Amino acid sequence: MLKFIFFRMLQAIPVLLIVIAVTFILIRQAPGGPFDSEKAVSPYVLEKLNERYHLDDPLYQQFFDYLGNAVTGDFGPSFKYPTRSVSEMIFTGLPITFELAINAMVVALIIGISAGLIAALRPNTAQDYIPMSAAMIGICMPSFLMGPLLVLVFGIWLEWLPVSGWGYSAGDKILPSITLGATYAAYIARLSRGGMLEILSQDFIRTARAKGIPEHIILFKHALRGGLLPVVSFLGPAIAGLLSGSFVVETIFQIPGLGRFYVQAAFNRDYTMIMGTTIFFSVLIILFNLLSDIIAVMLNPRLSYGDKN
Amino acid sequence: MKNLLRRCWLLGLFFLLCSCGPMESNLDSATDAQILHLGNGTEPQGLDPHLATGVPEHNIIAALLEGLVGENPKDLSPAPGAAHSWEISNDLLTYTFHLNPQAKWSNGDPVTADDFVYSWKRLLMPDLAAEYAYQLFVVKNAREFNQGKIQDFNQVGAKALDRLTFEVQLEAPTPYFLSLLSHYSTFPVHRETIEKFGAIDDPGSLWTRAENFVGNGPFILAEWALNRIIRVEKNPHYWDSDTVTLNEIRFYPIDNGVTEERMFRSRTLHITSTVPAEKIEKYRQKSPELLNISPYLGTYFYRFNVNKPPLDDPRVRKALAMSIDRLKIVEAITKGGQIPAYNLTPANTLGYTSESTIVFDVEQAKLLLAEAGYSGGVGFPEINILYNTSEGHRKIAVALQQMWKQALSIDLKLYNQDWKSFLFTVSNMDYEIARGSWIGDYVDPNTFLDMFVSGGGNNQTGFSNAEYDRSIRSAAKTIDMKQRYEYFQRAEKILTDQVPVMPIYTYTKLYLKAPELKGWHNNILDHHPYKYIYLEKTD
Repeated sequence: MLKFIFFRMLQAIPVLLIVIAVTFILIRQAPGGPFDSEKAVSPYVLEKLNERYHLDDPLYQQFFDYLGNAVTGDFGPSFKYPTRSVSEMIFTGLPITFELAINAMVVALIIGISAGLIAALRPNTAQDYIPMSAAMIGICMPSFLMGPLLVLVFGIWLEWLPVSGWGYSAGDKILPSITLGATYAAYIARLSRGGMLEILSQDFIRTARAKGIPEHIILFKHALRGGLLPVVSFLGPAIAGLLSGSFVVETIFQIPGLGRFYVQAAFNRDYTMIMGTTIFFSVLIILFNLLSDIIAVMLNPRLSYGDKN
Repeated sequence: MKNLLRRCWLLGLFFLLCSCGPMESNLDSATDAQILHLGNGTEPQGLDPHLATGVPEHNIIAALLEGLVGENPKDLSPAPGAAHSWEISNDLLTYTFHLNPQAKWSNGDPVTADDFVYSWKRLLMPDLAAEYAYQLFVVKNAREFNQGKIQDFNQVGAKALDRLTFEVQLEAPTPYFLSLLSHYSTFPVHRETIEKFGAIDDPGSLWTRAENFVGNGPFILAEWALNRIIRVEKNPHYWDSDTVTLNEIRFYPIDNGVTEERMFRSRTLHITSTVPAEKIEKYRQKSPELLNISPYLGTYFYRFNVNKPPLDDPRVRKALAMSIDRLKIVEAITKGGQIPAYNLTPANTLGYTSESTIVFDVEQAKLLLAEAGYSGGVGFPEINILYNTSEGHRKIAVALQQMWKQALSIDLKLYNQDWKSFLFTVSNMDYEIARGSWIGDYVDPNTFLDMFVSGGGNNQTGFSNAEYDRSIRSAAKTIDMKQRYEYFQRAEKILTDQVPVMPIYTYTKLYLKAPELKGWHNNILDHHPYKYIYLEKTD
């Protein structure tokens, strides 16, 4: 396994380098710069600003300077927020986005797996159709619709929950977590239903039933492990997606997480911030994919690290 | 078994939803504690008065620091600030400020004339590269110092005569000079604090962090974490702290207007920074007492690129500007009480109202277009209308496109760009017709008219007119207000004849405001000195 991890890490280096280079070139190609504003900045001030951030150096030199600094963990100051460093901003936003993603994942797993199980127990009956239709709606309903709907019902009509914030008042984490988790719950419901149906129709389950093993033991001990395999391989990309895709939910609920910085940085042409967050998210996605491969091998004895490699 | 599973699932959902009873809203407890909850648009880029450039920044800095001159909350007329009085010489070139001996920094140090000399020097330091350094260019030799042409700050017209007397010498009589002093770029900073955290011209200095900040305003910075609520508390050292009723202000960085409106509805905020256009009508009908609309010193307009045919012909520009129904735009699209604008400077800006206007006259517009060689719109080239990506701007652009098609039978194309690309395109004059807007920096026609002088950084239309430039220059040198306004009238007439810019409407400021909030007066700069604001229970 260690060898497997080592080789995967090795593969990650060129991937990261390509990501950095492409991002660096693309953001410089975008028209407009970090210091353009509605009230024109005088050429004199602009010159000073470019000098300060070394934007007047040749592009290749800026690139290698950046790379050199990035290796030592220095991602520079943000252009938009000059008193904050990119690392500071990432590590301020990250714990919040991470907590949001984990909460959403827990919501998604609880709702998704139980709905999938319930559906799989009686395929093609109402007990299957109702949760699965709900799941379909969940997949189709974007979070920018789901969020405001939940806010309207639970925040404004019923007045049970706060409509925004993160840790400002009790219960303000509930609605964002459900909103972000809902779409993933729906995927997980469909995946676990499919996985369970496949496993439940297999010979070893029939054998177990023939032996007279109680149904709940069959279900939880024999079937669930295999039935959830598709869910596990979905988890890696899903967590990465939750982390990098939390932008919409963070905006709806005014959560000071990383997702908002990521998107706003692009609009602001905040070069250092774009680079920093892109590198950071790339590393995360690589790590989570690796992790889900490892878990998949652990759950499924038919796979080995060699296959995955 | 299946039933058990189903029950667990439902039970879980039930607990999740019921674990929370009806909550007490923010505002219920805020009045007793005198805590103002304020929607503040976006996260401030910084809280350094010399580097900040936006409205959210202004809102916070105005609580933390105080300039030489304060503002009357109702009409913005000068009121005592860090200086309790001042004298102006007869030639309007020398201002002598007498600082309030009671004025103190939040660490207890006295506020002195040297603090102002130091602060203005800092704003003008070339390497600080402050965008708003130009606010002080009316001060003698300030521009030269800022551009590195002179090194010695003693030659700049800002001096401490003694510990409490600060003297300013101007380049030219500037009737709006006192009004400039309520702009945060002219606010003082605490020298020792600046120097403790970096050089005088270090823009990345950490002195603005909550644990480091020393200010002379009515409030002190208590908490500032990125993208979270910024909290300021009453400053016991403030010279006029008896007037201050609020104990605390909380600034919420909410860049999404729809979210902000929901927070207002759930009574989390006393006041919002804006109102989503689609909600205005609803509030107007159901709860007009919460909706607050007031004129704002800003103009929404379109620029014409006067170098690109057919817009190089003033008749074409005028025809375009004369054939749009501005009233329809503000009534059917923007809906926020905006005032149709037929000239650039908003009416009654420091008593000035333009005499010349662009009239709405489709027949006349058709004639002008025919004179220019496009009778009935025939042969008019297909040119583009550029706006920055936003639903509100799009609607107006579409309306213009249709109005021109209807009135002049010409087809124009729409295209949009994201904000930074848009700014780049406009400043490089790579457009034909482009959206624009201008919010006045101070209450004087000059802040609008100065924009279109030849080669001005914000001109961006290619418009250049010697007579116009002369009028603006003469106005700057004139002591006599009447004479000065005559120069402005002359300039404005040239603008409405030559039409490098097509005004659409004068902005209004829209808020949702809770009934508890008192002492908040509408004014055209949207400045609200917090020391006069308080919260009072309503029935």
